[in-house]
Amino acid sequence: MARLTPTAWATVGPFFSFGLDRPDWRDLTKDGAKGEKILIEGIMTDGDGAPVPDGIVEIWQANAEGRYDHPDDARSDKPLDPNFSGFGRVFTDAEGKYSFLTVKPGPVPGRGNALQAPHVMVSVFARGIIKRLVTRIYFADDSRNDADPVLGRIEDKSRRDTLIAQPQGGNPAKYRFDIRLQGEGETAFFDI
Amino acid sequence: MTDILSSYKREVEGDQPPLHYPDYKSTVKRNPARALLPLDHTLSEVTGPVFRERLAGPDRADLTTQHKGQPIGERISIEGWVLDEDGRPVPNTLIEIWQCNSSGRYLHPVDQHDAPLDPNFSGAGQIVTNAEGGYRFVTIKPGEYPWRNTPNAWRAAHIHFSLFGPAFATRLICQLYFPGDPLLEWDPMFQCIPTQAGKDRVTAKYDPTLSKAEWSLGYRFNFVLRGRDSTPWEA
Repeated sequence: MARLTPTAWATVGPFFSFGLDRPDWRDLTKDGAKGEKILIEGIMTDGDGAPVPDGIVEIWQANAEGRYDHPDDARSDKPLDPNFSGFGRVFTDAEGKYSFLTVKPGPVPGRGNALQAPHVMVSVFARGIIKRLVTRIYFADDSRNDADPVLGRIEDKSRRDTLIAQPQGGNPAKYRFDIRLQGEGETAFFDI
Repeated sequence: MTDILSSYKREVEGDQPPLHYPDYKSTVKRNPARALLPLDHTLSEVTGPVFRERLAGPDRADLTTQHKGQPIGERISIEGWVLDEDGRPVPNTLIEIWQCNSSGRYLHPVDQHDAPLDPNFSGAGQIVTNAEGGYRFVTIKPGEYPWRNTPNAWRAAHIHFSLFGPAFATRLICQLYFPGDPLLEWDPMFQCIPTQAGKDRVTAKYDPTLSKAEWSLGYRFNFVLRGRDSTPWEA
């Protein structure tokens, strides 16, 4: 069969909240997920450094053991957590801020024999963003970052550092991950 | 570990709008200035949320029956299939939709367009595709409305769609347009799609066999999500 061409992307526009609001998707631990509970928070800013008050952040991650709740992750040596889906969605507020409650993911396999350091996949949407922007959150206090194959391919250290959430203390442990869409300190976005 | 996995197909140059499209002014400051970093797919990209009912919640596929009375406007149905690039159906995937009402007003506090809200229309719905990848929504045709991109600019009538597909990599957010809308020629949201074929694919087709006599007009609209690459890798 001839290849079909994927449908063209479009922006979410400014008026999505009544359609995409899922208050229960902010707290991925609400059903009693196993693992270390963490809070990820940050601010989304544009190329002028102005807060983006109409953004959407979605996350996708493995559970605390490093297993994705998905049929393609068929590794029987890592348990599924029936109380953890791994998916979340929040909107930025009037100051551009967002936050998720989740558990710290375990490491997951990379390609070949590589192991990927614990990380969270991130999708960013907003008015003015036609095609989703994709980035990753890593954790500054995790020594496995040094051997992570994705971080290792980013030669520019300042760019690599934009993927590293910084611990802020607190209980649950708080990590700061800002999303700078453009300009100084621009977040590294991936072409997936 | 010996699981064999395969990536999703890469985007073909020219199939999708660019990140920066200055005719749509909001793109200018809200997209990266630096080139995107290449990333080979791993388990993190080829997995994604599975929308069992507990995560997705119940279907809300008829937007005309969410309130006491009937919404004002032209009743329509939109139906079709979610397919991948190889034409295979994508079952059990969540589709969310949102739109303005028939007078061009969104149920959103920031929308100050001087057109009436409709107490019988919220404009939001969702459905999980069936085993054949099929879906069907009933709604009313959205109106056109002004926006401040340029002086006296108007958005063509459209409905927003959000889809997930089987993986993080297959996420899609798009807009559906209606055939014959004179505003399409002037709408940068539509014109940013690089090819005529691409524009045609986001324009619903009127299909008289889908219309219900004395009741609603039927439109067909199929979605195409990224398909799998044929080259596997070991995870």
